[in-house]
Amino acid sequence: MTRREIKASEIERTVKTLCIKANTVLRRDVLAAMEEACRKEKEGSLAKRMMEVLLENARIAEKKSIPICQDTGMVTVFIEMGKDAVICDGSLPEAIDSGVRTAYEEGFFRKSVVGDPLVRNNTGTNTPAVIHLDIVDGDKLNVSVIPKGFGSENKSRLAMLSPTGVRDGVIDFCVETVKKAGPDACPPYVLGVGLGGTMESCALLAKKALLRQITESNPKAHIAELERAIKEKANALGIGVMGLGGPATVMGVNIEEFPTHIAGCPVAVNLSCYALRSASGTI
Amino acid sequence: MSAIKRIKTPLDKKAVASLKAGDEVLLSGVIYTARDQAHSRLCEMIKRSESLPVDLEGQVIYYCGPAPSGNRVIGACGPTTSGRMDPFTPPLLKAGLKGMIGKGARSAGVAGAIRHSGAVYFLAPGGAGAYLSERVRKCEIVAFEDLGPEAIYRLEVEDFPLVVGIDSRGRDIYAGR
Repeated sequence: MTRREIKASEIERTVKTLCIKANTVLRRDVLAAMEEACRKEKEGSLAKRMMEVLLENARIAEKKSIPICQDTGMVTVFIEMGKDAVICDGSLPEAIDSGVRTAYEEGFFRKSVVGDPLVRNNTGTNTPAVIHLDIVDGDKLNVSVIPKGFGSENKSRLAMLSPTGVRDGVIDFCVETVKKAGPDACPPYVLGVGLGGTMESCALLAKKALLRQITESNPKAHIAELERAIKEKANALGIGVMGLGGPATVMGVNIEEFPTHIAGCPVAVNLSCYALRSASGTI
Repeated sequence: MSAIKRIKTPLDKKAVASLKAGDEVLLSGVIYTARDQAHSRLCEMIKRSESLPVDLEGQVIYYCGPAPSGNRVIGACGPTTSGRMDPFTPPLLKAGLKGMIGKGARSAGVAGAIRHSGAVYFLAPGGAGAYLSERVRKCEIVAFEDLGPEAIYRLEVEDFPLVVGIDSRGRDIYAGR
């Protein structure tokens, strides 16, 4: 059976389009959550005025095709490649990096990537991207890009919990993560939570969890209940937009889980600011 | 609710002394961007008693690394997390810095240094880079060009909407939160 050919240049074009969209058009579920949060703020309060500024900011960014935030982030790219697809005329990582580089040039996005963690030389291209690849059934290529700013990334955390008392352990860890972030990472926050797996796979799940619509719960009822419990307890911290107090501390909690070892339970929180940016497409 | 105050840079002592934590202001005039690497360099220069590329006396630093301008005055230019600049702040205040703009909380040490110098720390709306870019009238690199977005930019701003985070008496909007 012949495999379906996917040109590297088409992958590059798709990645470019998705990066520009993610950075300039606020995700619709996020926008809806922000509008809802704004409605809940006390009339005449500073917090409400600041929420209105953020909503106006999103309108300006979309209208003028400029970045929602100056921190257009380091890009994580999730690829699901169909086993019956084959990439021709180029390599996958090069096509992805080309797409990111072009998006950040043409979109006038900030180049925020350094080539070495100690030397700190700006690569000038906002590449390399961080790429995660899964092989799936079919002959299509699914691409998701998450340009993640580091204000929120810097407040993300991981812990290796004890295998007993997991529910309370997870709730406490997530709430503590939000408490430690305080006003610094631009609330109201969205929490991507990884649960189970191994140390590195758990962290990956936490980032992947941010791709899910914040209106969608985890399909497993007992995990969905945990998502709600974390959101409620974190909002009780009363941090609010810009740390000015009020009801808007956490807009959403998405948990992605995986089997894990009898001796432990990794948990990871990939914290997102209110401007959770991602875009997906299929080739 | 007290009225929104209009203030201009360079900041004068009386204007700064009148500000209270939680006050809303509209700031106009010249501000200088500087973030992690620029702060590190400035403090190294102060240690070596070298003259700084910008005279900080009475000036305001904005913790910001802007996106490229394209054909606009400036790209998205919201504040970055102020806490990372905490270790570098006391020497700059000693060198005459009067105001800082950023987002998030500062350490008790910085609040104390602000009180000691009669300076002020403002909060800009975090994540409002596009909105804030519309209030910048002029933008030019004045130092550390090799740092790209982390260079020191001289900005002329008009009615930058800010909230007083820490006032000249060291009162902190985030105290007790």
